[in-house]
This record gives sequence, structure tokens and C-alpha cells, in this order.
Amino acid sequence: MTTAPGAPSYRLLGQRIPYVEGPLKVTGRAEYTDDIRRPGMLVGRLLRSPWPHARIRSIDVRGARALPGVFAVLTGEKYPTPFGVLPITHDETAIAVGKARYIGDIVAAVAAADERTAEAALALVRIDAEPLPEYPDPQTGLSKVAEPIHARGLQGTNIQKEVVQHFGDVDAAFAHAAFTVRVRGTFAGVTHAFTEPMATVAEATPDGRLTVWSATQVPHYLHRSLSEVLGIPMHRIRVIKPEVGGGFGGKSDPLPHEIVCAALAIETGRPVKILFDREDVFYTNHGRHPTQNDVRIALDAEGRILAYDIEAVIDGGAWSSFGTVTTYYNGVLGMGPYRVPNFRYKGRRVYTTKPPSGAMRAHGGTNIRYSIEVALDRLAEEAGIDPFDLRARNALAPNSTTVNEFRITSTSFLACLAAARRASGWDAKHRRLPYGEGVGLGCGFYISGSNSPIHFTPKMPQSTVHLKVDMDGGIAVHSMQADIGQGSNTLLAAIVAEVLGVDLDRVHVQRVDSDVSPIDLGSYSSRVTFMMGNAARAAAEQLKAQLLAAAGALLSVPPDALEVGYERLQRRNDPEQGVSFLDALHRAMEHVGALTASGSYSTRPVGGSFKGARAGTAPAYSFAAYVAQVKVDVDTGEIQPQKIWAAFDCGRPLNRLAVEGQIEGSIHMGLGQVLGETMSYRGARLLNPSLLEYKIPMAQQMPEVEILLVGEDDPEGPFGAKEAGEGPLIATLPAIGNALYDAIGVRFTELPITPDRVLRGLDLRRQEGRPWKGA
Amino acid sequence: MSSSEPLAFRLNGQPVAVPCEDARILLDLLREDLQLTGTKRGCDLGTCGCCTVLLDGRPTLSCLTLGRLCAGRSVDTIEGLTPPQGLSAVQRAFVELGATQCGFCTPGFVVTATALLRDHPNPTREQIVRAISGNLCRCTGYLKIVEAIEAAGGGRTP
Repeated sequence: MTTAPGAPSYRLLGQRIPYVEGPLKVTGRAEYTDDIRRPGMLVGRLLRSPWPHARIRSIDVRGARALPGVFAVLTGEKYPTPFGVLPITHDETAIAVGKARYIGDIVAAVAAADERTAEAALALVRIDAEPLPEYPDPQTGLSKVAEPIHARGLQGTNIQKEVVQHFGDVDAAFAHAAFTVRVRGTFAGVTHAFTEPMATVAEATPDGRLTVWSATQVPHYLHRSLSEVLGIPMHRIRVIKPEVGGGFGGKSDPLPHEIVCAALAIETGRPVKILFDREDVFYTNHGRHPTQNDVRIALDAEGRILAYDIEAVIDGGAWSSFGTVTTYYNGVLGMGPYRVPNFRYKGRRVYTTKPPSGAMRAHGGTNIRYSIEVALDRLAEEAGIDPFDLRARNALAPNSTTVNEFRITSTSFLACLAAARRASGWDAKHRRLPYGEGVGLGCGFYISGSNSPIHFTPKMPQSTVHLKVDMDGGIAVHSMQADIGQGSNTLLAAIVAEVLGVDLDRVHVQRVDSDVSPIDLGSYSSRVTFMMGNAARAAAEQLKAQLLAAAGALLSVPPDALEVGYERLQRRNDPEQGVSFLDALHRAMEHVGALTASGSYSTRPVGGSFKGARAGTAPAYSFAAYVAQVKVDVDTGEIQPQKIWAAFDCGRPLNRLAVEGQIEGSIHMGLGQVLGETMSYRGARLLNPSLLEYKIPMAQQMPEVEILLVGEDDPEGPFGAKEAGEGPLIATLPAIGNALYDAIGVRFTELPITPDRVLRGLDLRRQEGRPWKGA
Repeated sequence: MSSSEPLAFRLNGQPVAVPCEDARILLDLLREDLQLTGTKRGCDLGTCGCCTVLLDGRPTLSCLTLGRLCAGRSVDTIEGLTPPQGLSAVQRAFVELGATQCGFCTPGFVVTATALLRDHPNPTREQIVRAISGNLCRCTGYLKIVEAIEAAGGGRTP
């Protein structure tokens, strides 16, 4: 740890703080949505389209309705209001209206007394549908098609979003380049594969209110969407987030089944639960976009980056989801961690008749990073510069501005490079390990929270935290930040305890409940630590001021002569003189009762004013440099990652246990994508909708990980912190790809890098007669 | 034995007799009929290990086990492996060492680890990794889970 000399130290923050809900989770007592049972609860079930693309002429639900034990059957016409996570691209409906757009699209729903009856009812639904052409390949959708998937596709095509950006003069830069390289990357779609399937429980009560419990990362957007589609004002809807068994972006869209569940509860007057099976989860997807990108980089003779020229075609599946953002991100998240003076990007996201793509951990920043880092590895080789030196030479400076006007504040990228190089023993290993073994460098850059909230009307803070402390001295914390396992509840409690000087045990983070939790925009874009952390600090500072005033009155000294000690307030110059936390609290409560405070955080305006300028702006950025060491079995093509040295700049790590956990989990997920995971399709049909056929890495496949936290305090982050939730994934992939090149001399630009591709690469190299490391 | 007779077995140390249709899956019996919701449903296909329970002391996927197969046998769930007050050594290690994040896979891992430590009080890293190869975790990358089991085994629980 390299917190700068003179930087403040804290009692709790910076330690290893076990998760506050840990005891509930290890005993099975934590309550997830499927653990909720309501009296008289019905089972909701969804009928999914067997067609990739079809016009629905009519649906006959009479047989299903007549079945004893069936309480409601719904089709799309009842709630046709379109919705979607981004206000500008509302193209989903709760249940398909007029058309089904992928195998798995919801076409009808039932609520029944039990599972068996619900299944039987679905089997009785008769759909008269006319199959339409399927469009599984985004390339087809780039030109006019016979039957556009959505009417809003660009000029009769299936293009959902096109982004064209040009900063500086890319052609001139390439004309003057000493070295140029082009990498064309192909990336299979991957999915979140969280262990908890989606689940929702809804209950409409005779007082005109609706309560929805759901496994969601973003309770507030769900709240809005329920209101919009069901036509019920938000104040009559209560959204509760139980424990969530992982999200990684897959539970960040408001999802159709959540609205359907509420609609069924309204129709029947009974509580309804919809629980997904694993196939439902795979068909709902919203995973990382299958991507083709084309990256050209120009370098001058001294190894300075002159320009990037990037194109990307990304496969959006049936809905927009976060896709407009994804389209921008696939270009603009290339703007760091290096200085890029000239930049051109053309990105297109194309609807296809497949399960929707969406936001997945390190959203939009992963595939483009792989191609850039592989390109830089090639350039380093061609220019005869060490890969570390090449990157160090081009590092973004602290307090600088990128050519597309991203504001860069803190960066410890150079420290990341130095730490990874030293710890990994790079100089003794690169090109020096025996044939079949190698090391590779990959770097990363990610937003520490999206600077722009998705909804900007009405104007409101990105995060608000409420505190209440009564005479018992317990501090209740309310916020709609969504802990999905990353430890945000723990961090929230720790920040409050740190500011007030009290034991962590006094602080109780309350379950997210829209009736009482002030709005925080939830867990996406790696925003929680930065934004909720600042809001929590602001709220706690207010309580602290009240306690200091009370202690001052008790001690007959001005409050500014006092400071917070452990469970007490004391004189700054004479800490022996003081009062206990409880004495100060009770004094402060005289005549007013429980103390309350509300703190909030709003991003300040940053970035340019051109179209799309807000995409990728953030109050801070994380940086990473990873070295991977791999061993390849050249007979079987099997790859064994042996160790990853992960140098990461998350500013000041506030909970080391959580930061390590995020990095280790990110590496697991990154290894899955680079080495094996694939959403596999034949045409538009998903072939592997199960965890048996869609394999995530097992414990045996995890390499040793050495974590190097080298960040310095960020000037605006809470206590100097930045994100560590998503950025740590990104560098994993190119570190592996570049290590494979070092091991066997084969460049892989198609992911995942499976054994058959390794063997094909080795064959090609042999045919071309290019020996590598003497083999 | 037919569906009409109650299913008798030992559940978390206590004898029970409950109605159970022939096709009833142990996971459904536990979660839906007996309200033991600590055992988690992740895939219904024996792939994720979230539903792991002990059947006669051996880690078993309750989603692939017919309730009727438990007749006369002993089933232990996460509820039964938790002391009335506080936590077991494995549970304590999982908490202290950050081996649980979202927590959904955690009961399955704790059950598996408990059985391993009964057979091998001081397991090697390889034994631990082999033992948990039937449990998937998407949050932790397994490293802290292995560390926690190792610590609990070595009596090094903080």
C-alpha cells in the first residue's frame, strides 16, 4: 500500500472489514426474493416465444382461463406501454404486442394456484403466429432488411444506434506514423451467470397500493418502470430489494417479468411470485454484446501513440436495453489509460432476433480494450520497445483532459505499471520462458460511476443517504444503493461509523424499501462507492456537527475545540477531556427527539458539449496493469493460467477485503470470457442455456492472484476512493491474450481462446514455417 | 413405499414424517414443504451446487435427489449445521475472510466444506479444491473460499 506520506489514516476505513450481512449469508438466513412467502400466494409463469421472429395474429387464452386453479391469463394488449432502462429507447413491452422478437420473448403469462396448474395452463394457450425472417447476424442488419425487427431501426435496417466521432485528424496522423497496426477482434457473447435466478413477488392490496419485492440492482428504475407501464403513481408503489444473489449488470434493467408479476398481482388481487429457472435466466440474458471490432493504431518513431481509428459492430439482440450507452462505450472507453491525440470511431449496435444484450461487468470497456492492448503488444514488438515502456511512455497525466474532453483527475497508472513489472519479474520472463510458457501485459481503464444519471428530470442527486439515531445509540441508515454482494452495505456502515467515531456494531443499514429509502440510482456503472460514499459521508458529517455542539455544551467549550474519538467526543488539545458518544447524543436529543440527517452527492458537470459528449464521462477513473503468466499444452491446446499479478488503482481502498474480493471475482469472470464462455447460437437459437453447457470456471481453473493496490487518494472520492467493481475485469483478457503470444507465438483475436483455436493457431504457425522460441 | 405413506427420515437430527409424492424432489420438499429456505435453488440441474445438503453425511445435490430416496436416512441442511447461537468454525472463517459476497452459493459451500472437514480435519489445498469442484461461485473467484476452508481446517479461524 502506498498511501502518500501525510495522507490521513482512518480507524476503520482501509482495514479488512468483514461484510455486515456475512453471518446471515453463511447460515442460510439471508432472505432472497425466492425465500419470501406471502399468504395465498399464486405462482406466475411465462409463456415464451418458440419463434425467433413472428407476427402474432391472435392469442386464444380461453382454454387456459377455463382451467380450474387458474386465476389470470395475460397477453400483451393489456399493458402495452413501452418501457426500457434508457428514456430515449423505450422499445420493450411487458409482454410482446403484435410481434415476438426472439426465442424466449414473453408472449403470455398466467397466475395459478400451483406450478403444475400454471404449466398446464400455458400448454393450453393457442397462438396464431406468422413466422418472419430471422436476423441472427448483425452484419445482415446493417443494410435494409425485408422485415425490420423494430420500426425504429435506422432507415429500414436493424441498426439501433450509430455513433460517429472524430477528434483531431486521424488520416494525417496515420500518414506520418512510423508504425501502424490493425487488429480485428471477434468476441462471442457472454453472460453474467450469477447464481441466483431472477425472482419477483408482487402484492396489490385493497388500499390501492402495490408492493414489489425483486432481485434487482436498480430498485429506482424498476420503480419508475412499474409506474409508467401499470399507470400507477410512484407513491402508491413500494419496491423492496431483498438480498440479491449476484447481478453483474444482469439485474440492472427493469425486466419485463417484474412488471408482469405486478400486473398478475393486480389482476388477481393475490400475491404472485415469478421465479426463473436457469433457462429463463439465459434467455433473458442482457449479457455482453457479441462484438466485432476493427482497431488501427498509429505510433511515431519514439513510440508515442498518434491515433486510434476504431470501428465496432455490436450485436444488440432484440431490445435496446443500455445499448445506446454500449455503442458509445465501445469507442470512447478506449480513451484511457493512454494519451490519444487523434481519435476516430464508428460504432453500430444492431438489433438481432436473439436474446437481448445489455450491461455486463465492465460494460462496453472490455472487448475494445482487448483489441487495443493486443495491438499495443504488436506495436511494442515491431518498434522494439518493451510493452511496459511503451505504455508508460503514453500514460495519461493526472489532471489532464483527453481529446474528447474527458476530465482525468487522479491516476496512478504509472505506479500500476511499475508494481506489476516488479512483482511479476517481467524482465526476467518476457520472451525468456521456455516454449509453451509466457507472460503478457494487459491494462485497464474504467469509469468510477457514470457522471450522467440515466434520468435527469427532475434534477436530483445521484445518491442520498438518511441517518436516524435515537436514544439507544443505534444508527439506522437508509439508502436505495443496492448491495448485490459487492459489500456496499458494509462500506456504508463503515463510513458512517468512521465519521462518528462509533463502533460498527451501532450502525444498521436498512433493507432497500422505496417507502423509506431515499433515492440512490443503484448498482451499475461502478458508481456506488464513489457516489453513495460521498452522500454517506455528508450525512454523517451533519450528525457529527450536532454531536459536537452537544458535547461542547456539556463541556462548556466551543464545538470546534472538539474532535471525534472512539465512542466519544473529546478536546482536540486534551483528549482526556471529553464525553461519551451516548452522553453527547442524549444531550443533543433534548427537546428534539431522534437525530436525523440527510446527505447527498451530485456529480459536477464535466465533459464536452458535442453530441454524445456525456458518454464515458465520470467523476474519476480507475486504472489497471495486469501481468498474466500462462502455460500451454501444445499437444492438446489446453491453457493453464498460472498466476496473475493485478496492479490496480482504486484510489484509497476503503475495505481491503471487498476490494480484493472484487478483483479476484473480476479475474474469474474475465478468465471465463477469454478462455471459454460462449453464448452459443445456431442461427437465432441459443444452444447452451444451462450452466452445464455454459461453463464458468471452477475452483481448479483459478490461478494464483497477487493483488497490488497502488492508488493514491482521489481528490473527490469519499476518503480518496474510486471504483473497484468493474474495472478489475478488463485487463485480465488482454493479459492472457498477450501471454499466449509470448508462450507460443500465436496472436488470438477471436474470443474465447479455446483449445481447438490454440491448435489451429499452432498449425498455422507451423505451416508458415515461423519458429517461436526455437520450436 | 407409496405416496400415501408419510416419508420418515432424520432431518437435522430430528425424526420427521412428512407427506411426499413419489416425484417430489428433495429440494422442493425442503424449501417449499418444510420452509427450510437456507438451501438455495440455483439451476435445478445439478450444475451449481447451491442446493447441496448432507445425505447420510455426504454432500448431495438436493435438486437431483427424490425425497423418497431419503426414507430412513439422515438429511442435514445448512440450518442443521448452524449452532443455535453463533456460527460454526467454517461459517466464522467464511465471514472473517470474506469468502461470501452475494451469499447465494454460500450455504452449499458451507455444507460441502463441513463434510470435508469431518473427513479430513486438516485438508490440503488440493483436497479442498477437489471437494468444492461441484459448487459454482460467480463472485469470489473461489480464492477466499479455499482460504476460509483451509483456515477452518487448520484451526486458524480468526
